[in-house]
Amino acid sequence: MNPPSDDDDLWEAMTDPTRRKLLDLLVARGQATATTLTAEMPVSRQAISKHLSVLQRVGLINGHRQGREVHYEVREQRLADATGALSQVADRWDRRLQAIKQLAEHAHNTEVSTNMDIQR
Amino acid sequence: MTSNTIERDIEIEAAIEIVWRTITQPELIRTWFANDVDIAAEPGAVGSLTFMADSDDPIVVGITVVSAQRPYRFSYRWMYPPGQVALANNSTLVTFTLIEVGPERTRLRVVESGLDHMDMTDDDRQTFLEEHRHGWQVQGDRLRNLFTAEPLSSP
Repeated sequence: MNPPSDDDDLWEAMTDPTRRKLLDLLVARGQATATTLTAEMPVSRQAISKHLSVLQRVGLINGHRQGREVHYEVREQRLADATGALSQVADRWDRRLQAIKQLAEHAHNTEVSTNMDIQR
Repeated sequence: MTSNTIERDIEIEAAIEIVWRTITQPELIRTWFANDVDIAAEPGAVGSLTFMADSDDPIVVGITVVSAQRPYRFSYRWMYPPGQVALANNSTLVTFTLIEVGPERTRLRVVESGLDHMDMTDDDRQTFLEEHRHGWQVQGDRLRNLFTAEPLSSP
């Protein structure tokens, strides 16, 4: 578990669409350099490098220098922690929908039985 | 990318009108959503939602109804600090869509979008996180679902 300020940074890193796309690519590729990522994104290499440094700062990716290039890879545990937060939002809606279903079905059954009483 | 949009649906064995009432009437919303609900299901209506009302530090967020087309569509912006105007950068948009699949059967779909447009101050973000998380749990399987379910734009 990380301290709250750390989580906030992580959340911010995760909620940028370009960075999420970069994470997608890194998950799919296993490893990539800023150069190979730039080739697949409609964004400048400079912007890619900036996003990569944000992701590295919050610990979502690691970089290893090999020769002239830095190879980046996803830190899976950290990413799983972060995606868990988004999953939480989805889980909450699942629970709310279940509650709505129960309420509505109960109200429906009550109305149906009331109507049958009236018809009798 | 639409990973920051959440879409969920459920099939309910009840008439569409009943489902509509369940998601729009404050006294019913209270039973499945917030502890306290102050909102009218009318476009432009502004109100508030209170969470954790029993705690020492209840969370109150603003809610503004965007559209209310009985009984098919209900949408609102929420999560912004109460008293402020709901905008794309301080709130998320929740849209309920109701589809009558039978006389006593309704499909209810909810979409929450705009999580990635939130431009929050630290306080706002704290409120958002409190409402949206119960700890950043480790859920490894979800990684695949969230990150590889959508096709990449290049092979």
